[in-house]
Amino acid sequence: MARTVTTNRKLINTLIAWTIGLLIFFPILWTILTSFKTEAQAISDPPVFLFFDWTLENYAVVQERSNYMRFLWNSIIIAGGSTVLGLIIAVPAAWSMAFVPSKRTKDILLWMLSTKMLPAVGVLYPIYLIFIQLGILDTRAGLVIVLMLINLPIIVWMLYTYFKEIPGEILEAARMDGASLKDEILYVLTPMAVPGIASTLLLNFILAWNEAFWTLNLTAAKAAPLTAFIASYSSPEGLFYAKLSAASTMAIAPILVLGWFSQKQLVRGLTFGAVK
Amino acid sequence: MGRIQLKQVRKTFGKVEVIPPLDLEINDGEFVVFVGPSGCGKSTLLRLIAGLEDTTSGTIEIDGKDATGLPPAKRGLAMVFQSYALYPHMTVRKNIAFPMKMAKMPQEEQDRRIAQAAAALNLTDYLDRRPGQLSGGQRQRVAIGRAIVREPSAFLFDEPLSNLDAALRVGMRMEISELHKKLATTMVYVTHDQVEAMTMADKIVVLQAGVIEQVGSPLELYRTPRNKFVAGFIGSPKMNLMEGPEATKHGAHTIGIRPEHIDISKTEGAWQGTVGIAEHLGSDTFIHVHGIPGCDPLTIRAGGDIDVRHGDTVHLTPQLEHLHRFDAQGLRIQ
Repeated sequence: MARTVTTNRKLINTLIAWTIGLLIFFPILWTILTSFKTEAQAISDPPVFLFFDWTLENYAVVQERSNYMRFLWNSIIIAGGSTVLGLIIAVPAAWSMAFVPSKRTKDILLWMLSTKMLPAVGVLYPIYLIFIQLGILDTRAGLVIVLMLINLPIIVWMLYTYFKEIPGEILEAARMDGASLKDEILYVLTPMAVPGIASTLLLNFILAWNEAFWTLNLTAAKAAPLTAFIASYSSPEGLFYAKLSAASTMAIAPILVLGWFSQKQLVRGLTFGAVK
Repeated sequence: MGRIQLKQVRKTFGKVEVIPPLDLEINDGEFVVFVGPSGCGKSTLLRLIAGLEDTTSGTIEIDGKDATGLPPAKRGLAMVFQSYALYPHMTVRKNIAFPMKMAKMPQEEQDRRIAQAAAALNLTDYLDRRPGQLSGGQRQRVAIGRAIVREPSAFLFDEPLSNLDAALRVGMRMEISELHKKLATTMVYVTHDQVEAMTMADKIVVLQAGVIEQVGSPLELYRTPRNKFVAGFIGSPKMNLMEGPEATKHGAHTIGIRPEHIDISKTEGAWQGTVGIAEHLGSDTFIHVHGIPGCDPLTIRAGGDIDVRHGDTVHLTPQLEHLHRFDAQGLRIQ
């Protein structure tokens, strides 16, 4: 017998889903609302929700005090660069793990993932020293490299699971058809894995965009991305909640828009192969 | 040209020897079928010829040249896979063009060959579709088209029909046979279905556990199976194998008699038994008879109009000129 879902049950499920959704979204909503308040209203007790004097003053001040575009540009280069570089390294790595596995492949995958379990601060000191030695402290290139390395295990893992779904016979057919290894990856594997690669790319871009630990510790003025831009408003000069919120909103707006437009792709990619 | 010679070819996976040293010769223009139960190494053998697997030892020669170390593409062979292995993101046209694109063939030549292959395989109207929009039979034809355009020295087929339904399978079987007549190119075909082997092959190679049991034309295998395994494997329904006093009487350890070589009567005969199940196919009737010593049940192929029912007593007489005799090792006694 098919499972019947009563209207009541559906209603309750919908309510629960919305409640959880709103709870998760609330901090972001609150940040956006606060960015339109005056500093006084931002810290008023009891807090005001919607009925306050809407103002764009905070955005104007933030714009005046710091060069938003420069931070934005840094964020785009660091997130984009680390993602592209990561893919270039991860596609061949995942290819070999998925199609010519050795006895140790599973162990290597786990070992790669285990590096994500180490607290980042544990390697801050050595990495900081290496950055000084190489003269790449506070450079975008340095951050591209370090963020790529931080996210590489996730990219390899995701691509590996997508590639596993591709039947090996198709690649063998390509080999019979005269494709070199490069042709095989370029013309057959990559186009077939596009949904997977796209969602990996998006997720990695978002992770790199939001990464704060390394971007804050390894940059000063030149290469600072939007995370540093937000941090600069939680300054010791005093708390400016409204301005901090305006800065945060400006920092998360691009990624929010990107996420909104690519949500279909993201969901499809993340559940790829789960139901088949 | 398409002459393939295997000399002492051996393949092991780790410690498991799937193909002990083996010699085989495939002549130019021949349709050779590798047949055997699943896991007998027939696909591995094909993949060794294709170059998708490396030989552990021994040499593979194609047209007299040593091809053992050559990568698949350099061997001049084309392969059709069981799952068709079409490129799902490319149209039929691009799928067929892919090997030519890899060979950097001029565009006009590519177009000419695509048109030719599409016409031959009834694919002209589907050239701009993707594999996902095609039926199983059409996909199979695209896979064959992709193989044809390369004008290979030999075609390799790895169980190409096993994903098709029964009706389509018969149709495709004939199409492949016709293609072979038309192109006169060497074809090596792997199947576990002895009917496919019998109907298509010039030469059948029967394999068991990586060992070649017999090589010969379909009728040679049917008429003079070299051992009990081949006797039981070739022919449908299977040959009846009898041991015991009846075999000793003919000076053998085991005797074999095909279902179509036994006469059935309701009144008299050499053996007497009871009808178990009678399968009425219309054209034929397969009757399983119980109670005959040394072989239970014994299968008989009778005419479609015979009237026998479960529980009837019948008398059977083997046609002695079609009797096969085997010794204790299972080898044929001449």
